[in-house]
Order: sequence, then structure tokens, then C-alpha cells
Amino acid sequence: MMSEIFSVAFITGLIGATLRMSTPIILATLGEIITERSGVLNLGIEGTMLFGAALGFLTTLATGNLWLGVFVAALGGIALSLLMAVLAVYLGLSQHVSGLGITLFASGLAMFIYRLVVGSPIVPPVITPFTPVAIPLLSRIPILGGSFFTQYSLTYITWALIPLVSIFLFKTRAGLRVRTIGQNPFAADTVGVNVNLTRTLSLAAGGAFFGVAGAFLTLAHQNMFLIDVIGGRGWIAIAMTIFGNWNPLMGAVGALIFGFLDAFQLRMQTLGVDLPFHIFLMIPYLITILALISVSRKATVPAGLLKPYRREDKGG
Amino acid sequence: MEVSVLEKQAVIEMRGVTKRFVDVIANDKVDLKLYAKEVVGLLGENGAGKTTLMNVLFGYYNLDGGKLLINEKEVTFNSPKDAINNGIAMIHQHFTLVQTQTVLENAMIGMEGSFFLDKKKAKEKLLKIEKQFGLNLNPDALVWTLSIGEQQKLEILKALYRGAKILIMDEPTAVLAPTETVELFETLRTLVDSGHSIIFISHHLQEVMDICDRVIVLRNGIRVAERTVADTTIPELASLMVGRELLERLEKGESSIGEPVLEARNLKARNNRGIVAVDNLSFILREGEVLGVAGVSGNGQTELSEMLFGQVKPEEGEIFISGVEVPGGNPSEIIKTGMARIPEDRIATGLFMDLSVKENMILESHVSEPISKNGLINMKEIRDFAQNCIENFSVKTDGMDVPVKTLSGGNLQKVILARELVGKPKVVVACQPTRGLDVGAMEYVHQAMLDQKTEGAGVLLISDDLDEIFLLSDRIIVMYEGKIMGEVSSEEADRDKIGLWMSGVTS
Ligand SMILES: Nc1ncnc2c1ncn2[C@@H]1O[C@H](COP(=O)(O)OP(=O)(O)OP(=O)(O)O)[C@@H](O)[C@H]1O
Ligand SMILES: [Mg+2]
Repeated sequence: MMSEIFSVAFITGLIGATLRMSTPIILATLGEIITERSGVLNLGIEGTMLFGAALGFLTTLATGNLWLGVFVAALGGIALSLLMAVLAVYLGLSQHVSGLGITLFASGLAMFIYRLVVGSPIVPPVITPFTPVAIPLLSRIPILGGSFFTQYSLTYITWALIPLVSIFLFKTRAGLRVRTIGQNPFAADTVGVNVNLTRTLSLAAGGAFFGVAGAFLTLAHQNMFLIDVIGGRGWIAIAMTIFGNWNPLMGAVGALIFGFLDAFQLRMQTLGVDLPFHIFLMIPYLITILALISVSRKATVPAGLLKPYRREDKGG
Repeated sequence: MEVSVLEKQAVIEMRGVTKRFVDVIANDKVDLKLYAKEVVGLLGENGAGKTTLMNVLFGYYNLDGGKLLINEKEVTFNSPKDAINNGIAMIHQHFTLVQTQTVLENAMIGMEGSFFLDKKKAKEKLLKIEKQFGLNLNPDALVWTLSIGEQQKLEILKALYRGAKILIMDEPTAVLAPTETVELFETLRTLVDSGHSIIFISHHLQEVMDICDRVIVLRNGIRVAERTVADTTIPELASLMVGRELLERLEKGESSIGEPVLEARNLKARNNRGIVAVDNLSFILREGEVLGVAGVSGNGQTELSEMLFGQVKPEEGEIFISGVEVPGGNPSEIIKTGMARIPEDRIATGLFMDLSVKENMILESHVSEPISKNGLINMKEIRDFAQNCIENFSVKTDGMDVPVKTLSGGNLQKVILARELVGKPKVVVACQPTRGLDVGAMEYVHQAMLDQKTEGAGVLLISDDLDEIFLLSDRIIVMYEGKIMGEVSSEEADRDKIGLWMSGVTS
């Protein structure tokens, strides 16, 4: 068995799978980082992803157009995030309660719409999913080229988004506004930044990421919609946001490590190791918890996170 | 700084401004005019409505009545953005800085400009302003590494960066050391010379006399008086604010000095940046005396009080209360000894702003009888206890059930005093107990300290206000860079010598 693990085929396969498996988590983590940087914890993430997964799948099922599916999933994510904005930003309700409420609501809604369109056939309908795109030349690099550069388009886009989100947050005027309202909304307000509007826009951006992350799972990773398709990846993204100290690059690294563990455990299952497969399923989550314990004590939480902002409060 | 009668065009006029909160009228038909190149002082007790009035001028609150005129044209402000666009900037009581960002980022935030941050251009602009007004700060320094004085410079820079012509400064000196105040005043004079106008709020009447041209006094939200500084005196201003004559001098009262009640032996602690803040410090406090700890703030006073309060464990050394050693870093053990703890920052450490007055009053007694019995809390006992506190300490509040955040600064401090002093403590440790308080409240706190001493408690008064130290202390020690520079009895103390000790010079 050891020889199998160290074979080239195993390793290149593992790398390819790691990149695939981490794609939705990186996307969701980037979205959550933008949102939390603005001072809002969006626990609606898990439900929003499921909603995106369902909308994306159904759109593609109806039209046969995969990119239209991705687009509609993003719109669905934005819509739910705007609902979150109404509750947690404008009404100033608890972000925990609003977020969990949205996850419950969106999960139900996703199932409902799916049933409405598809009914409950014995064999669930399938679509023709995205196929990996080999990048000319690069994918020909011996040994590792193939696994790195034969990926889904969405994976390449996700990789491009990591530096783009970083640049947005740290190099643009809008990014400075987002970071400031997340740290000290009162300070932002006193220099004329519209706190609630900026938070709403940040939520919307995050929602689009969540929607697409969900759609990746039904349009690329698999070719059908199942109720447990998200499988807690939204919660993992919340953990990765903390793990990465609200930094897109570090968050992506965390997501990659999780993707690796996830891919690894799948392979261990198929190798027929004589252990219940549930043990393997647990590994990535267990290691995530351990990583969080060690990292999050040093984390620097955005100081304004979880606090609704209202003017008539005795701010100064 | 004379205002010529000819060019008397007000840069700002507030006409009959009214601002209501749910059940208080914070400003009632207030008139205020500000002319070019003028410093106007805004005076009033805690809760008189100074901050609220300025927040209205700053567009942070919408007004409920009255008018706002800029250069004699009526305007309406819906948000601070409108005020900024009209050249008005406000520096709040609590700074509005982002601690994790740099000086430059704090200056740039909210400014119009290109999609990408142009830090190079912004830095040039900032450095130019720094040079022009003598406010030197490193643009790349992170805010949390700056001293309080430097953070305030940054607040002024932020205002100037936005091209503000009118600066509202809400108690800017409350957090400054005396030397920093002198520096601030130099800056303000430079600003006035270059055409700026300033509204200046302070509870220190001497400062108001030093820097202002004109003074407006608010009482209970109503404008009660206006004086030019040349035609008034400190006692007059004080009685205008309070609406009654203030005692000229407090009664020190008779007390006999007895046994040691608090002893610190060789205490050592570091501040949150890991630098030694208190270094081999020892003192003894006895029954019936006030021991004043003088010193410019930032010389280890905060860390000393945190050790005495049990918030921080001393790195070295011991603390004895009535001759018994108490374990370090354990607040509940300290509470059991009955020490009255009056912390430096009443909002961050002294109170829970969202909890009610009564809940804040039982913070330390809610675990013991009679309030708590068999793990259950007795509501009637709590109400009786709180009612007693409110009456004995004349706390001005809308009842015991409102959140404390609705109280004024002076009344917040009274809630703490009530909680700490009602149990007849043997030791009182008060850290900057009158910071930000008006003259009336200050007098109240001073008298409370003296009363404690008369009743036989030992009072440790840590303060950077030298007047306060001289007024109350029987004995004075001076802290400088975590060490005691010297000790002197109040009869023999002279200000020059203490001043030298405070700046680290031994004679
Ligand atoms: N956001 C608010 N909601 C309700 N009441 C408020 C609010 N802000 C202030 N008040 C009340 O309005 C009155 C005026 O308060 P304000 O803060 O303007 O006083 P101040 O003169 O600045 O006092 P201080 O010297 O303590 O700073 C007080 O009675 C206060 O309790
Ligand atoms: Mg005020």
C-alpha cells in the first residue's frame, strides 16, 4: 500500500484533486473575508451556498448553459445577502441569529424550488458538467504540469481572485472603506463614509462568491443536486476566515490544506484501508479544529465585527 | 486675536437649535455664533448638552428645531459628509481612529479620489500639512504605537487633510499631560493665525481662560450666558455653569493616622507592549490619610492600579491589605478584602454601558448575601440597595432600570463611587477619579474622598492633576518611569520641586 501512496500517479492525482476540492472553499472564504472585514459575520453562508448550488443546477438543466447557471447562482447569493443586510445591518438584529436564520431559510427554499421544478424522480436528473481545461504548454510540463494545469475554468478564476481580493482590500479606496467600517464604524461615519451602505455592498459581494461556490459543486464537482451537496463547506470557510486572520492569501492557504486533507481521505477510502471510512471523513475537520485552536488565539478580529451601527447610540 | 467689528460675518451661526432624545431635551433653542480666526469656549456641566450641540453642527445628529447658517447662508446637514464639505471637522471626546491602520490610511479614509489608493500623492500632501502646522508624525506608523498626544495630532491632521476651516474640539485636553496641552495650544494658535476658527470644550476653566476669546455657557441644554474672556473670571464661569456658588475650599476634616491598610512591596509590571512600566515600587498607605500619587500619565500609574485592583498579576513583589498578603491577579480576592476600586477608564473597565444602573451597582455584591442567597438573586434586595445608592450619592438618572449609557459623565462616576464606597471600605484606590468631570462633579468626588479619610479609610489617589493632588493629599509621592522619585508631606511640598520630580529630575 505504501508503494501506491508514493507512486507518481497517486501524487499527481492527489494534487489535481486538492485543487478541485479546495475551489469552493477558497471562493466561500474570500467572500466571507470581504463580508467580515466590513464588520458583518455572515452565517448564512452554508444556506446561501446550497441555494446557489440549486439555482445554478436548475438553470443549467433548463437551458443547457453552464455559465448562465453560474451567473444565476451569483444573483441568488446576492439576493440572500441583501436579506441578511436588511436584518443585520438596517434592522440591527443579532448577526448570529440572522445568519443562522438565513441558512435555515435558504436550505429549505433550495429544496423547495428543486422539488417544484424536478419533482421527486427515482433517478435524479443530471447535467453535462464543466470539463477540465488543459492550458496549452503549461499542462505539458512533465509530471506535475498535467495536474496543476488541467482544471475547471472556475478553479482558474478562483485562483485569480485570491490576489484580486487582496488588492481590492489593501490597495483601493473602496477596500480601505470596507476595512475601516469593520474596525471602527464610528470613525468611518465621521469622515463621511456611509457605513450601512458599504456593509450592504460588502455583503452582496460576499453573497455572489457564496452562490458561485455552491454552483461549482453541482456544475463541476458533480453533475447533480443532492441535499447534502455543500456538506459543511460553508462552515469550513468560516473557520478558514479565522485561520487566515482575515487575510485572503492566508485564508486560501487554509482552504488548500483542507482541500488536500479532503482529497487525501477520499483516496485512502478507495485504497481499501481496513478502517471505517467515517474515520477518514473526520480527519479534515479534526485537523481544522486543531489548527483553529493554535491559530485563532493570535487572530486579530475586526474590532467592529458583530456590532450593528446606529447613530443615535451614544457613540462619542 | 482681536475680531474687528467691521468684518463681523459669522462663519457659523446656530440659531435656536433644539435637539431631543427620546425623553431628554439635550439642546433647547441654543444660539451660537463663531467668527473667523476665533476660539470660542463651550462650557457646561456633564450632561449640559455640549457634545450633542456639536454633533448637530457636525451633521451627526439631525436637528429637531432651529437653523444652521454657514457664512450667513442656511444649510441642512444630513451626515458628517455635509459638514466636512462645508469645512467643518470635529475631534471627538473618544478618538475616532482605526488602531490597526497607519497614520496615512487614517488620514486618507473617506476621501474622494481614484479607484486605487494613491498613497504616494497622499503622503506628500500629508507631509506638507505636517510641516506647515508643525505636527510631526510618521505617516507609516501604526496608530496603536502612538501615544495619546500623537493620536490627537493625527485627529487634527485628519481634519486639516480634509481642508477643514472650522475645528470642533470636544474635551481635547482631558487625556493630555500638561506638556502635551501646552503643545496643543501652540498648534491651536498656529491654526488661528492661518485663518481657522475653533470651538473648544473643556472642564478646565484655566485652559478656557488661556486659549479662548469668548465663552458660551450651557446649563441643562439651555444657553445661559456668553462672556468675552477679558470680562470674566474663573469663579464667575464656574457659578454660571453650576447655577450656584461653589465652595471656595473643601473641608479636609479631622482624622488620625493609624495602622497601615495597604502596602506595596517591590512591585514590578510590564505594560501591554512588554516594557517595564512599574519598577521595584513600594509604599505604605495608613488609616485616615490620603496618599497622593502624582506624575505625568503614562509613567506606570495605570499598571500600578491594575495590580492593586487584581486585574494584573505583578511580575515581582507583594501586596498587603491590613497586613495580610493578597494573591496577585485575582480580582475576586481583592473584592473580598473590601477595597474600593475606582478605575481610570470608567467606560471601559468601570461599568457595563448596556446594563442598567442597578445592575452596575451590584456588580461586586451580587455574589454575596443578602443580594444572593442559595444561588438565587433577591430582586427586592437589589432594588433597595440601588435605591439607597442613588439617594446617598445623588445620582441623576431616569430611574434604576435605564442603561447606564444614558447617564452623563459625572453621574457615571457617581454610580461607581456609590458601588465602591457604600460598603465602608478600609482602602480606597482612586485612579484619575475626576478626569472629564465638570467642576460640580469634581467637587463632589473630592469631598467623597475626604469623607472616606475622615471615616478612617486610607485613600490612595493616583492623579495627573497636580491641583487635585495638592488639594486632597496628606502625603505625596511622585512616579516617573515606573519608579518613585520622591516622597514629601503636603505641608512641605512645593510645586516646583514636584514638577521637577515629575519630569525625572532629582534634586
Ligand atoms: N444618544 C443619546 N441618547 C439618549 N440620550 C442622550 C444621547 N446622547 C446624549 N444624551 C443625553 O443628552 C444630554 C446631553 O448630553 P451630552 O453628551 O451632550 O452632554 P455633555 O455636555 O457633552 O456632557 P459631558 O461634559 O459629560 O461630556 C444628557 O442628558 C445625555 O444623557
Ligand atoms: Mg460631552
